[in-house]
Amino acid sequence: MKTAERSSETLPTPATAMSVFVLLLVLLSLSAVSSHFLTGRTGTTVGLLIAAAKMTLIFTYFMRLRYQSGLVRLFALVGFFWLGLILLLTFADYLTRG
Amino acid sequence: MNTEIVTEISPFSNETQRSMAQHLGMWTFIATEVLFFGGLFAGYALYRTTYPEIFAAGSHRLDFWIGTINTAVLLTSSLCMALADSAAKLGRRAKLQWCLAGTWLLGAVFLGLKFYEYHEKFVEHLVPGAHFLPGGGAAPQLQLFFVLYFAMTGLHALHMIIGLGLIGWLWKRAGRGGLSPGHTAPVEITGLYWHFVDCIWVFLYPLLYLVR
Amino acid sequence: MKPAATESTTMDVSRSENYFNRDYSLRSWLTTHDHKRIALLYLVSITFFFSIAAAAAALMRWELLTPQGDLVVSDMYNRLFTLHGVLMVWFFLIPSIPAVLGNFVLPLMLGARDVAFPRLNLASWYIFVTGGLLVLYAIVVGGVDTGWTFYTPYSSTYSNGNVMLMASGVFIAGFSSIATGLNFIVTVHKLRAPGLTWFRLPLFAWSIYATSIILVLATPVLAITLLLIMLERFWGVGIFDPKLGGDPLLFQHLFWFYSHPAVYIMILPGMGVVSEIITCFSRKKIFGYKVMAIAILAIAALGFLVWGHHMFVSSQSVYAGLVFSLLSFLVSVPSAIKVFNWTATLYRGSIRFDTPFLYALGFLALFTIGGLTGLFLATLAVDVHLHDTYFVVAHFHYIMVGGMVMAYMGGIHFWWPKISGRLYPEILARISAITIFAGFNLTFFPQFVLGYLGMPRRFHIYPPEFQTLNVLSTAGAGVLAIGYLLPLFYLGWSLFYGRRAGPNPWEATGLEWITASPPPEHNFERTPVVTTEAYNYPELSP
Repeated sequence: MKTAERSSETLPTPATAMSVFVLLLVLLSLSAVSSHFLTGRTGTTVGLLIAAAKMTLIFTYFMRLRYQSGLVRLFALVGFFWLGLILLLTFADYLTRG
Repeated sequence: MNTEIVTEISPFSNETQRSMAQHLGMWTFIATEVLFFGGLFAGYALYRTTYPEIFAAGSHRLDFWIGTINTAVLLTSSLCMALADSAAKLGRRAKLQWCLAGTWLLGAVFLGLKFYEYHEKFVEHLVPGAHFLPGGGAAPQLQLFFVLYFAMTGLHALHMIIGLGLIGWLWKRAGRGGLSPGHTAPVEITGLYWHFVDCIWVFLYPLLYLVR
Repeated sequence: MKPAATESTTMDVSRSENYFNRDYSLRSWLTTHDHKRIALLYLVSITFFFSIAAAAAALMRWELLTPQGDLVVSDMYNRLFTLHGVLMVWFFLIPSIPAVLGNFVLPLMLGARDVAFPRLNLASWYIFVTGGLLVLYAIVVGGVDTGWTFYTPYSSTYSNGNVMLMASGVFIAGFSSIATGLNFIVTVHKLRAPGLTWFRLPLFAWSIYATSIILVLATPVLAITLLLIMLERFWGVGIFDPKLGGDPLLFQHLFWFYSHPAVYIMILPGMGVVSEIITCFSRKKIFGYKVMAIAILAIAALGFLVWGHHMFVSSQSVYAGLVFSLLSFLVSVPSAIKVFNWTATLYRGSIRFDTPFLYALGFLALFTIGGLTGLFLATLAVDVHLHDTYFVVAHFHYIMVGGMVMAYMGGIHFWWPKISGRLYPEILARISAITIFAGFNLTFFPQFVLGYLGMPRRFHIYPPEFQTLNVLSTAGAGVLAIGYLLPLFYLGWSLFYGRRAGPNPWEATGLEWITASPPPEHNFERTPVVTTEAYNYPELSP
């Protein structure tokens, strides 16, 4: 009975964890290699996108958001949303200065 | 301990409720951590936009290979932590302890490399302050990059050290059999923290080491 | 010790074992995990910090009796207003309603045995006290002259005060806020009694929930900002340092990203308390319950988007100023909705003018004035004239003191029978409520005029033509002091000699009133089940 209601605690199997890990290493090499070709804004954008992909993998599988309730997923995103607000409104100032 | 045992009144009615509350609490804490580091990321974003060339120059002074290897080390330690998690759930005590030991050691390797790097920067006079002598006609703003570098990686390292303490404590507890399959919340919660600290590094890596 | 006695308490509930008389030893208080005892620990500590900060205010008002600087020199005056601001904001206002009344009442309102993480709750009190002691130490060894806002580059480079110490005190206290907020959020999500759905929660619970969200999301940004200031002082260089190409305005952005929402940390819980009091003393359901709950959340969310209105004259981009000004106006919409709904709740109610209600009325009037003058300041062009004058000082004191402290006093009086099990002397309490209201207005209303006429804040000398208004203001501060001292005495007195209150002296609704006063250690003998909406007062006959 308990296992049924504990759906929030399901785990990725070790096999899933391994494949996620391999994927993470692939992303890491991609990031490292691309930095030698891409410069400036493009470089940073690609680097950040790859980092975001890595984080999504870690959040989804290692931190098990995939198996969690909507509430927990919301809590996981709120911090990033608020960080976005800081960046948005701070840059609203810096990018429009005369 | 004397006889007056604190009659701890649990606010929860069962273990499931407690575990769910602890997860929610940890995720709330992680949201606060996002914003805690977020202040630094906002500062970084501002100066990176204002002085792109200088930040690229600063990034060139960091050791690309140490940064890359350290990222791989941390990702591997995260894998160990994830495996520890499932070992705990299945009640495999020996495997749990091995995985925790692996996580801990990889964390320690990361910190070792990090402090080696700090030492290098100290020798090269790249630590901000009175002894900052970058040479080569560097712009004064280069120091900004290094202030951010030390603040961000230092704060991250501090979180790693706390994480190592937590994992060591888990390891001891697992050895005493204190983490039965029905009571794995400590492993899960610590795991969340550890993975999150890795995620911070995942972002620091391109922002500090890969600016070109 | 198993409190088995609670099973057979049929005769006299108030005299049976409760959280308060269970164990009087100091050790039992300092190691308690009971949310009710922790609330009282907070009550004692914030009263202590309040007294010190109030003493600093008294010295400042005394100095401002005359246009010359005859009591203190300007440097001392700087240290006084910094001390007053730091202690009042972080060590009184922010913990006041959340950590005292929230801790005491929230689990009771939810029908829970305790908050979700009782040990963390105690830890956060210790963290709070540690931070407070550090700040006091910083004051004793010389104080800080930056103002509570720690603006760079003054704080990071030029100030010769103990900025490091004071900032670390505030930094540490911040973690207490975060821990408390986290605890309350999880408690509201996971520990509501059976049947207590979100839209059956009393508005006080909503307001504490919204406040906790702000505490959790804003405080970390303050923490990192203070850490950066400390680093800058430690290293001699830092990211706000203009010599390196850094921008001191970045500090203001990060600081106000916390400190403007912090204003809502200081007012939302007050709104919650006032909702409880107004419904109880007009014997009516709150008007527009759902809108009230949503307005609380809306204020909490919008409050994060308006920080730039503190920076209109700071060389912030004018376009950003326009946006921030507009967003600031938006906050007034949910705030006004709340004021209208409270008024509508009073309409045709069966009103009893007991002490808590007097405080709630005072809140309504003063919060409205404070809110409306806030609109003046949110207007870009008007703010250029009023910025950094006494108009601003008066405005935020109308919100902080006229709003929050009135609500806090009202809440203390409302729940005092629950906390202590005793009633306080009603007449004396009404006199003190009216004294506070009168003293407050006498103190701060002249400051609106002073500011409008151009008297800048944070100076200990002023042109002689401002003296009359300043004398009035100082006289008001004296009246206010009497008003604050009175409750200290009669509430203390009532602890020993007050009439026994019984479980529900106000005949209020809400789960906290169905258990004994003072409540037993477990709060409830058995977990209550909720079947009705909040504020289910019987229909009034016309």
